[in-house]
Amino acid sequence: MGKTLLDKVWDLHKVATLPSGQDQLFIGLHLVHEVTSPQAFQALVDRGLTVLFPQRTFATVDHIIPTDGQRRPFADELAEQMMRAIEKNARQHGILFFGNTDDQGIVHIIGPELGLTQPGMTIACGDSHTSTHGALGSLAFGVGTSQIRDILASQTLSLTRPKVRRIEVTGTLRPGVHAKDLIIRIIADLGVNGGIGYAYEYGGPAVAALPMEARLTMCNMSIEGGARAGYINPDSVTFEYLKGRRFVPAGKDYEKAVQFWKGMASDPDADYADTHTLDGSSLEPMVSWGINPGQAIGVSGKLPRVSEARPADQEALRKAYDHTGFTEGEPVQGLAVDVAFIGSCTNGRISDLREAARVVKGRKVSSRVKALVVPGSRAVLRQATEEGLPEIFRAAGFEWRDAGCSMCLAMNPDKLTGRQVCASSSNRNFIGRQGSPHGRTLLMSPAMAAAAAIAGEVVDARQMLPAGNGRS
Amino acid sequence: MAESTSVRKLITGRAIVVPGDDIDTDRIIPARYLRLITFEELGKYAFFDERFDDNGKPRKHPLNDPRFSGGSIMLVNRNFGCGSSREHAPQSLMRTGIQAFVGESFAEIFSGNCTALGLPAARVSHEDAVRLQSLVEADPALVISIDLESLTVSAGGRKVSFTMPDSDRKSLVAGTWDTTAMLLANREAIKAAAARIPYLNFGAASGGSRD
Repeated sequence: MGKTLLDKVWDLHKVATLPSGQDQLFIGLHLVHEVTSPQAFQALVDRGLTVLFPQRTFATVDHIIPTDGQRRPFADELAEQMMRAIEKNARQHGILFFGNTDDQGIVHIIGPELGLTQPGMTIACGDSHTSTHGALGSLAFGVGTSQIRDILASQTLSLTRPKVRRIEVTGTLRPGVHAKDLIIRIIADLGVNGGIGYAYEYGGPAVAALPMEARLTMCNMSIEGGARAGYINPDSVTFEYLKGRRFVPAGKDYEKAVQFWKGMASDPDADYADTHTLDGSSLEPMVSWGINPGQAIGVSGKLPRVSEARPADQEALRKAYDHTGFTEGEPVQGLAVDVAFIGSCTNGRISDLREAARVVKGRKVSSRVKALVVPGSRAVLRQATEEGLPEIFRAAGFEWRDAGCSMCLAMNPDKLTGRQVCASSSNRNFIGRQGSPHGRTLLMSPAMAAAAAIAGEVVDARQMLPAGNGRS
Repeated sequence: MAESTSVRKLITGRAIVVPGDDIDTDRIIPARYLRLITFEELGKYAFFDERFDDNGKPRKHPLNDPRFSGGSIMLVNRNFGCGSSREHAPQSLMRTGIQAFVGESFAEIFSGNCTALGLPAARVSHEDAVRLQSLVEADPALVISIDLESLTVSAGGRKVSFTMPDSDRKSLVAGTWDTTAMLLANREAIKAAAARIPYLNFGAASGGSRD
């Protein structure tokens, strides 16, 4: 039997077997952001320890940074204090900090963008969406603050090797169906806890055909299906994407790196714990209607009836209807929206903004909708500006913002209020996630969120694309 | 290290019933309280938006329920702690006095965070979870004990078995759940790994040799 990428990466990084039976794993890349790290740095100092591999540790700021002007000091005193803490910690421990530079952005956007993220690596960050980086064929996962402390101190973690589930997507995604739709559908099929104990390996023709940014979107939401890590085997798309990026070896070293990367992909006869197959051609754009990302349906569908659901899911559905106030059996198309948010580590990349702009161009945001576009990084912002995207969005009535996590989570000034319904390209529709305990989040692709902004309600974005031209 | 105080073999106390599947960490600790740079104050904010209405008035919630006051074992259901990796979630619950969880299943990062704080998370069947919850609902003064050596939860003369990852159990029982010192003890092996991992030695561009 051959080995999976996970097995190869694991074996390469294994330092020791610990008395608990867990493995001590070397972490090749440690990404740090402002929210989950200050307590870890403090713990390190309290114990008289230092950062063992500062050259493998990189920091940015994303969660708390305002997106409507980033001048210091921030209006929010707590945010300013948090920013100062990461500036001080990075300086004191010799860690490269992108927060005050042109490279600032959401940690899961800038890692791949700068070429820090590479195949065959182990990558950890105090953020559950670290699974994103698996798109380049790395083993990447979120950790808590105690584990951040462990990595800072030792560049290693105590971990249990997960099982690997192969998720095979056959066929071809139809025009206007995106990686976001695919991953939401997988979560809806396998459940929000279906991936506990697993890493998801995504493959098959529909995945192989995805460009890198779409792959990042897909792996990003692995954690929403309970899988701490998700990955795609590195291939020519990966190698081309990485070529020339700042932290990627150049020249002969690049060739050497490609050889290493190729060798880390799963063997054709690799052994998987189990396999889930789905026909990519059968998909349509997806919309979440409930309070977890698995409570989602195709855009032509109707909200489920509690009585028809599996008994084990009925309580969760009831809770979802209690919160959303939506009606069982009503079509998801036509649900009115108050806010549209395009951005986040899931969908804040240049290709996402292009897709949204294709829908928006020449149209106007509904008068009842507040709509905002938030680039995932300053590099995305610059690229979008070069392509004239801010003008397209602004002309339609969107607000065009600075880079940050923004309305994905309520740690900065961008928040829902009251009972607002938000068409959101982010990753979580949990109660209160977007800042109002009563707010409601409908997860969807950037194109779908753009279409909802214009229509003032959930619509099928494919109707707004030129005929026969729905595919990126 | 004070080994004796970190050993977790038997947790005994009254319980708090927090029913429901898929209770995510945004609900356990709303994101706005993550802007604090220490964990110290977080106990006040556990389940804040479920415990208080928009005017700050207490709502009906297990953590506001005087019957459960002083409880140290949280009885939960399926996929507890899903979503964000924020350690603030178990930190906030620990700071309200929670010392252990009993539930049907736990999200992986949450479960790891619990172990890293010395908080056992015991997995029981759906039937046993519901049964334990009803026992405590009927008699909130009931004392529950979680025995990590025999892998049983006892409540009111009933005993049910539970599971947890064996590595977690071993670390909790041995009192070695704070792993930093143990990991650092292998410093030489860490250096050896760094020397053999190819991408750490690709040259300056890979960030591998800045020092």
